[in-house]
Amino acid sequence: MKKQVTLFTEFTKGLWDQNPVFKQVLGMCPTLAVTVSAMNGIAMALATTFVLTFSSLIISLIRKLIPTQVRIASYIVIIATFVTIVDLVMRAQFPELSKELGPYIPLIVVNCLILGRQEAFASKNTPIRAVLDALGMGAGFLIALASLGAIREILGSRTLLGVQILPDAFEPWLVMILPAGAFLTLGLMMGFLNFMVLRKKTREEQELLSRHLQEPKMSLAKGQEA
Amino acid sequence: MELILIFFSAAIVNNFVLAYFLGICPFIGVSNKLSSAFPMGMATTFVMVLTAIVTWLIYHLVLVPYHVEYLEYVSFILVVASLVQFVEMFIKKVSQPLYRALGIFLPLITTNCAILGLALFIVLKEYSFVEAIFYGVGAGAGFTLAISIMAGIREELELANVPKAFQGAPITLIVAGLLALAFMGFAGMISV
Repeated sequence: MKKQVTLFTEFTKGLWDQNPVFKQVLGMCPTLAVTVSAMNGIAMALATTFVLTFSSLIISLIRKLIPTQVRIASYIVIIATFVTIVDLVMRAQFPELSKELGPYIPLIVVNCLILGRQEAFASKNTPIRAVLDALGMGAGFLIALASLGAIREILGSRTLLGVQILPDAFEPWLVMILPAGAFLTLGLMMGFLNFMVLRKKTREEQELLSRHLQEPKMSLAKGQEA
Repeated sequence: MELILIFFSAAIVNNFVLAYFLGICPFIGVSNKLSSAFPMGMATTFVMVLTAIVTWLIYHLVLVPYHVEYLEYVSFILVVASLVQFVEMFIKKVSQPLYRALGIFLPLITTNCAILGLALFIVLKEYSFVEAIFYGVGAGAGFTLAISIMAGIREELELANVPKAFQGAPITLIVAGLLALAFMGFAGMISV
């Protein structure tokens, strides 16, 4: 039997353990393309989360009605419907932002993160779990996009969310707002995070090892006492 | 002349992978070996040209006359999904070895952002039918070029001593960044 996972873990696993960008390397196109500024990254992540949550909800509600042969096509149509809603709302309410994100809003349809979650999770779980999972994944996506956008915005145009935070004497790094900067920044960020995880793991292993080495001595000491 | 410029603009100057970040998933996932990267690029190019043709026709002959442009995304993605299915069946019939080599990657073309991106860009740039075909061929050639170069570099990279934390995706992204820098040398050469 499958181990029962608490509802809370369903949400939090997306934040770090299974972070869509840093751990699963999913949804790279929007991640790299729109993170010229932190604001764009946040807007993109929110739009993606909206689509992900609602399509997860719908798909998990009708998961027993969809024949397996045509499931991918049905998922895509459901996702595309919600993307159309987001696109129309953004065009009406935030025309500037919508223009800046351009074709990357409709491209949410083919974000592998969304289809991946439907296939791997929403189609096998209850609606509540599916929604929590979607929200968690969306939050993880938000963390990744906002941090990447913030780094690129600070170094590339001296600002954060439109407010200047580095002095004029700092020459903006042009490469950061160019496509190459996106690849380099994300590569270095992932490498750094891997490095931290690896260091923590080796430290834990060493601790475990030293504990194992000490244990026989302790039991020996105990035996002498007795 | 205009058509040739559109081709080179899509293939080199505004390379789909390195300038627009479209098709990053297969670019990172399938670029391990040149022998699988090149066929993948060709299959994608084939689907791209078909997509350019079919979506142009659907948009201008169905969606615009009936004023249902908001169905753009739903109809385009359905077209792409069925085209991929068709290509899969075609390859299975024609060449078994190629089918086995590409097997897992073919369905992935559906969720390749480059394909849907191409269809959307054609609408956005208001290309004519012939221009759309050239744009599709150019974009496919650019994708094949980028993924093949990447695969060549990664084959060499296997022999290199990469720090443990950077193995896999991180080093691939950094290499892609350097490639994008190199491709920037073409920037401003053609403006279409």
